[in-house]
Amino acid sequence: MDPIAETPLHLNSYRTGPDDSGHFGLYGGRFVAETLMPLILELEAAYEAAKVDPSFHAELADLNAHYAGRPSPLYFAERLTQHLGGAKVYFKREELNHTGSHKVNNCLGQILLAKRMGKKRIIAETGAGQHGVATATVAARFGLPCVIYMGATDIERQKPNVFRMRLLGAEVRPVISGTGTLKDAMNEALRDWVSNVEDTFYIIGTVAGPHPYPAMVRDFQAVIGQETREQMLAAEGRLPDTLVAAIGGGSNAMGIFHPFLDDASVKMFGVEAGGKGLDVPNGHCASLNGGRPGVLHGNRTYLLQDGDGQILEGHSISAGLDYPGIGPEHSWLRDTGRVTYVSATDREALDAFQLCTRIEGIIPALEPAHALAYVTKLAPTLPPDNLLVMNMSGRGDKDIFAVAAHLGMDI
Amino acid sequence: MHRLAKVFEELAAQDRKAFVTFITAGDPDPATSLEILKGLPAAGADVIELGMPFSDPMADGPAIQRASLRALHAGQDMHKTLAMVRAFRETNETTPIVLMGYYNPIYVYPVESFIAEAAEAGVDGLIVVDVPPEADDELCVPALKAGLSFIRLTTPTTDDHRLGAVLTNTSGFVYYVSITGVTGTRAPDLEAVAKNVARIKARTALPVAVGFGVRTPEQARSIASVADGVVVGSALVDTIAQSLDDKGRATELTASSVLAVVEKLSAPLKAA
Repeated sequence: MDPIAETPLHLNSYRTGPDDSGHFGLYGGRFVAETLMPLILELEAAYEAAKVDPSFHAELADLNAHYAGRPSPLYFAERLTQHLGGAKVYFKREELNHTGSHKVNNCLGQILLAKRMGKKRIIAETGAGQHGVATATVAARFGLPCVIYMGATDIERQKPNVFRMRLLGAEVRPVISGTGTLKDAMNEALRDWVSNVEDTFYIIGTVAGPHPYPAMVRDFQAVIGQETREQMLAAEGRLPDTLVAAIGGGSNAMGIFHPFLDDASVKMFGVEAGGKGLDVPNGHCASLNGGRPGVLHGNRTYLLQDGDGQILEGHSISAGLDYPGIGPEHSWLRDTGRVTYVSATDREALDAFQLCTRIEGIIPALEPAHALAYVTKLAPTLPPDNLLVMNMSGRGDKDIFAVAAHLGMDI
Repeated sequence: MHRLAKVFEELAAQDRKAFVTFITAGDPDPATSLEILKGLPAAGADVIELGMPFSDPMADGPAIQRASLRALHAGQDMHKTLAMVRAFRETNETTPIVLMGYYNPIYVYPVESFIAEAAEAGVDGLIVVDVPPEADDELCVPALKAGLSFIRLTTPTTDDHRLGAVLTNTSGFVYYVSITGVTGTRAPDLEAVAKNVARIKARTALPVAVGFGVRTPEQARSIASVADGVVVGSALVDTIAQSLDDKGRATELTASSVLAVVEKLSAPLKAA
């Protein structure tokens, strides 16, 4: 099977998925053990009911405004624009949200759903710790006990976030199975859920997992793109021409892309973690550019895997991008050709991290630093009237120790 | 007649229950694993579940995940697992083998060749944990067409409404998971098991085997009193783990200690 579509499809709409069985074309679905199936169906019914309940949206909008600090600004990065000499570069400032990343958008939506469903206990997986912090935060806000599964390797490289989660009252359970990264944390969270089906709500942090998670997380993150649309119309009187976002599981990218998918003039670029380079075996986390379709964690999607279908660990300097899969809707958007998926290496991300810090006074997380690395290549090739928006999905305070180590500095 | 149907029919005629054993193919290495596999029927196994190793077994506990990783580190892959079944069939034509695992290694094999080769190798059925009835078209139905049984897991969370969907297309036997949880972690509650097995048997003529959490001859005996078969997995896999040397390699005790546990746990079912 060669799923690569050489010619983009021309669909009437790219925003109608998933279908009733949770599929985006070939991708998505509900590949879970029978124990979880009734829970997934219950969650889907609860989400469908919440979606059409104005009081649910009103409560979420109120929390977004007064608790998370939305809308996040759309900022014209003037010095970066001058430095790159091409497209007019804007940042969507998701790093200014409460908890320091876009992750809170999804967590607020899901915890309101947990409350509606009468669940008493929250679990989540985390890689970089941003989703763990956002989950621990909303659990504290709503007074629910919270367990965060985090790979032992990630705990080591994201200590500030681990401490933050513990301060917020969450129990952080180290995961030592596999190589102790995000995929292993997700396995453990699924095991917890299977073992505690009665009272537990699993807040998945990205647009992956069994249906309805990919669509639900997308809907909660779509506020990023909806705001971008209004803000750009207000600032420039027209839509942006180019969107760029980093991709791990793909939630921040889906959040900014989705509201624009049917605007044919808007070009979109998802930037995967190129690690040590796409030509280095198991040296990157670029599922779309270096993987192939498979089934993991409840959905069919592009995966990093060997010839026998065993999942590879991959590598990225960024713990938040260190995941061997990707949201199924991204897999579909790749095959249809609507979104272009590229990659940036560890080195390029580190360079972009420093560039942004020095000339914009913004310390980006290593995840959006990958998007920025691609912007530094793309923007100079575009005309000055090209409006480019990069999703600044998180702030880099959590990464300063890891960056210092890579730069050979002792802090 | 299919091997699975034949075994359950013969056991029923003798008023005995099936002892179903699970081991992971290639654990701890291909040669030792084949030695264990070949010894299982004589030690008391009526049906063999052979695990297809997977790097990310989400529904299994730590014992079976470690078994998968030991097998993968020793070079096991799907081709070798199918070759193991062929080797077993050279000397055993009667004991049913059910391959158990996760979808991805089958999906990439891909499905069509996997089913054809499994049937040819002498596999009798499949248990694929993460393919629900909603996805029957892509794996279950082609497997049934090739003459393989497709054995579905039912769980304490499978309500009456859902049970219908789960039992459709299920064949060979029904595997009742006795706990909500992963393999090998909790002991099942007999009363609840009895109630749920009765609920399933009211809806199907297929035999019902019960697993997840059976570790002692007493548990095996009590589960057998309310079901048609008892599945033991983590207890065997743990025995393999305990028999290894400090570098994780098989010792001369590995195969014999596993088979001794099979004899001990199956004894109560043979006495009936």
